[in-house]
Amino acid sequence: MQFLIDNFAALTITGLAIGAVYALIALGYTFVYGVLRLINFAHSEVFMYGSFAAVWVVMILGGNVSGSTGQVIFWVAMMFVAAMLMSGFVAVVIERVAYRPLRKRNAPPLIALISAIGASFVLSEAMGLREKIARWFGLDDTLRDYVSNSRNNVPLPTIIKPQGVFNLFGYEVTNVDIFVIVGAIAMMIVLDQFVSRSRLGRGIRAVAMDPEAAALMGVNRDRVIRVTFLVGGVMAGAAAVFYLLKIGITRYDVGFILGVKAFTAAVLGGIGNLRGALLGGFVLGLAENYGSAIVGTQWKDVVSFLLLIVILLFRPTGLLGESLGKARA
Amino acid sequence: MSTSTAQTRKPRLDFKDRVAGLPKPVKIVLWALFAVFLFALPLLNIPFITTEDSDFGGVLFTVATYVLVALGLNIVVGYAGLLDLGYVGFYAIGAYVVGVLSSAHASLPWLVAVPIAIVVAMISGVILGAPTLRVRGDYLAIVTLGFGEIVRLTLVNSQWLGGARGITDIPRPPGIELFEVPSLDWSNGTPVVDLDNTTTFLKFGIGDFVPYYWLALVIIVLVLVFDILVKNSRVGRAWEATREDEDAAELMGVPTFRFKLLAFSLGAAIGGLSGALFAGKAGFISPDSFQLLLSILFIAAVVVGGAGNRVGVILGAIVVSYFPERFREFADFRVLVFGLALMVLAIFRPQGILPPGRTRRVKRADEREQVLEEGLPDA
Amino acid sequence: MRSTLKLAVPFAVAALALGACGTKGGDTTPAAGASGGAAKVCDQKIGMFGALTGPNANLGIYIQNGVNLALDDYNAKHADCKVTLENYDSQGDPTQAPALAKKAIDDKKVVGLVGPAFSGESKAADPLFNEAGMVAITPSATATTLSTNGWKTFFRVLGNDATQGPAAAKYIKDTLKSTKPFVIDDATEYGKGLADTVRQDLGASVVGTDTIQTKQTDFSATVTKVTASGADAVFFGGYSPEAAPMIKQLRDAGFKGTYVVADGVKDASYLKNAGSAAEGTIITCPCVPPDVAPEFQTAYKAKFKEDPNTYSGEGYDAATILLDGIGEGKDRKSMLDYVKSFDKKGVTKQLKFDDKGESSEIKVFAYKVENGKIVSIGEIK
Repeated sequence: MQFLIDNFAALTITGLAIGAVYALIALGYTFVYGVLRLINFAHSEVFMYGSFAAVWVVMILGGNVSGSTGQVIFWVAMMFVAAMLMSGFVAVVIERVAYRPLRKRNAPPLIALISAIGASFVLSEAMGLREKIARWFGLDDTLRDYVSNSRNNVPLPTIIKPQGVFNLFGYEVTNVDIFVIVGAIAMMIVLDQFVSRSRLGRGIRAVAMDPEAAALMGVNRDRVIRVTFLVGGVMAGAAAVFYLLKIGITRYDVGFILGVKAFTAAVLGGIGNLRGALLGGFVLGLAENYGSAIVGTQWKDVVSFLLLIVILLFRPTGLLGESLGKARA
Repeated sequence: MSTSTAQTRKPRLDFKDRVAGLPKPVKIVLWALFAVFLFALPLLNIPFITTEDSDFGGVLFTVATYVLVALGLNIVVGYAGLLDLGYVGFYAIGAYVVGVLSSAHASLPWLVAVPIAIVVAMISGVILGAPTLRVRGDYLAIVTLGFGEIVRLTLVNSQWLGGARGITDIPRPPGIELFEVPSLDWSNGTPVVDLDNTTTFLKFGIGDFVPYYWLALVIIVLVLVFDILVKNSRVGRAWEATREDEDAAELMGVPTFRFKLLAFSLGAAIGGLSGALFAGKAGFISPDSFQLLLSILFIAAVVVGGAGNRVGVILGAIVVSYFPERFREFADFRVLVFGLALMVLAIFRPQGILPPGRTRRVKRADEREQVLEEGLPDA
Repeated sequence: MRSTLKLAVPFAVAALALGACGTKGGDTTPAAGASGGAAKVCDQKIGMFGALTGPNANLGIYIQNGVNLALDDYNAKHADCKVTLENYDSQGDPTQAPALAKKAIDDKKVVGLVGPAFSGESKAADPLFNEAGMVAITPSATATTLSTNGWKTFFRVLGNDATQGPAAAKYIKDTLKSTKPFVIDDATEYGKGLADTVRQDLGASVVGTDTIQTKQTDFSATVTKVTASGADAVFFGGYSPEAAPMIKQLRDAGFKGTYVVADGVKDASYLKNAGSAAEGTIITCPCVPPDVAPEFQTAYKAKFKEDPNTYSGEGYDAATILLDGIGEGKDRKSMLDYVKSFDKKGVTKQLKFDDKGESSEIKVFAYKVENGKIVSIGEIK
């Protein structure tokens, strides 16, 4: 307990930084849940694919620690582009392959969940087996740097050296911390504006509120759903970049735990609620850090799983209440 | 489409009806032969079926555990319609109760530890189920997933339970050595009785897994009988009603929550029993044996086979556990293949390979209704 | 009735077929049992037991490479009587291990085994080998308890966690002169075992401890603990997938002290994943530096196009012991005594076992990461 008090600033900043990543991933769950009332179990793999795209693009561009400021900005920008494109693409593919056929025949939600679990395993194992898969096509030598040791960690080449910017009660807040936290909040504001102001955003809210009425009003439901998956995917791509800058590595199975945590964050804030996802992410990141400071780091994951169970029991609608439709109400 | 299949099917009786039409003595003889065949399977060493890269007796035991687990999970997923993604938790609890009571902190014999393991698993099912069964179905899936991980992480981090080291020297089930059973050798193309390679009836030793397989078969039969009795009772009908339409069931006076909890804890009990059996055979357990992946494989077994149909889930369990052993050269791809199978099944055959009987009846009724409402599709 | 016939016919045929053919074995002595050595038996096998596919496959493949190299050497010398390798791919899973062990035991041509690679699967499989009298030389399982079960057939060509832990503690205390060491483990049998020993040996000077989990990637809570404690050295008992991101995040947070790890981190992926943060890392390892056996290193590099990795040398040594025995005409039964009295120089150390099956000569070496390479900085005495 004394430790928690003494290091409150450090635990808070690092908790907020990882919480920002949870929040951005949580958006994907919240969005899809808001519109379809389904848990997109495969969303964690959307994040994972984005992280790989970001690492690969830096490898291709030859990013390294001694880049000039201009170069670093370019590399980071390219990471965002690659990760968002990849994640958006994977999310849309999941919708097309694992969800749309089910929607067409009105399958019950549990069947959709099973289909998504299947998709999740296919995606993550395909990444874990990319060396063998490349070998089928005779590409394993050409792509050696990208596919070898495919079950191992893949590091992001260091392009930003974390440096303390200012001191907060004894904790050196680094440039990366600030970038991740501020960046995530900025993303959220942009998204919030998109949903509340743009035509497509109105469509999304309309479908979330009442699919049939929306259809009667001329909203193309399939298109809205596709956009929903796309936007959730793009946000997961952004999360992947922030995650890499903070953590530095990714792996084929990195999505699972993060996915469950992001889902917890979504439920915590109120699933279906955009601002709830942000709040939930931050609260979860902090709870984890404070919790592990009190009961021990080894119980960190147990803390968040227990938190999920407790929330579902006592406040299943989350902190801010659910509903994408009412996000701006 | 619906009518055309119905017409072609009419003159041909399906397998079930043909078997049902046989005279009773013939049926008994056939069942007995089938049972003998199952018991003798690990000794027959039939080419192609027998696994090349791993001991067949050991593989069959693993298959039998999966069948047992699938039967338990089928009560939860198939009968009551609750998606449980943390079933491995109960399996682990069963195994660890046996480990703790018979080796780590006490030295009860295996036979005494097993019933305790079942009870503890059942109680843990009630403890987890009582609060969480009220949440929505898809939430329940995530909560149970978290539960499975909590159990595993607790095993890893609790030194009282052995931590990552696990628990060794778990006693074997008691046995009596009565006589030797020879096996068959096919190495020359024709079966030859091999007197060198025998299994002692009934010795639960270290190096021979066949007796454990026999034990597992007996337990499966007992669980099957229990399963049939429960399914055909008032309880089974209550589950069916709850699964099909919870609100309607509640309105008709079915205390749905209580029946869901019953299904959940019965499933947990059978999971615990399977874990206890596994612990007795392995002699050594560690958290490595209770990875989350197992939960997914268990779910795959039930869903692939056909949730709600006990023959289906048995088939599913065999598919999920036997094929990766038989085709070990593709072992790396098994999770990928199961993922694909889950997706394909969910899309094209959401009821699994063998859909439950009632679903088929409902489907036929629906088809009839549809014909009445919309006329013949090709008319 | 027609269907009954359909079913009954195959059964009858099967019964006839069984009745028609004879029996085999019985009271005669088994053909493969002839021990001694004069009669030359060809077509023999050695087994390799470990994870060759799945998430833990890397380590198994490094070992398998070493075994294959030893096999090539042997077969080049004995072209008329080659030995082949039988793989038992456990995927590192203790649940699968017993059935695979049984398979190896039932294959009468398998004379001995290299493996099992991990401690968990060793606990599941070694009792079977012990009962069957089949030699199993592990090149990598380091759990201390493995040698205390009374398994006659258990041998280990490397030091266990109890030899490495004190050496690591000694290094931290005497060479680094650390006054504020911090000890972290990964809750695995290997990592926790090591860290517990180090913690004990360092005694009261330890400023803090923490436990992480395998597959964890975010170490912010641990990093905060380390930096808050003002530690000047961190010992981590665990493997490279966690060691690499951990040191990266520690350095990012401004940790200036020395990072001390053990042999579980001594592989190429640590250097690749930790990048410049790996510089200066001290790695303890009960393994002889590769420059002691240059021929092995060149041969390995020629065959696999990379430097020998963790436990490749141990795999080579374990296989060589078995192959030497086969060369002298030993079978499964006589192999046991042969290995017990074995005493030759291997590529990693003098290969000789005590009565528990532990290597009798264990030296722990310190390595350091310098300019992106792991270089030896001498034995820890």
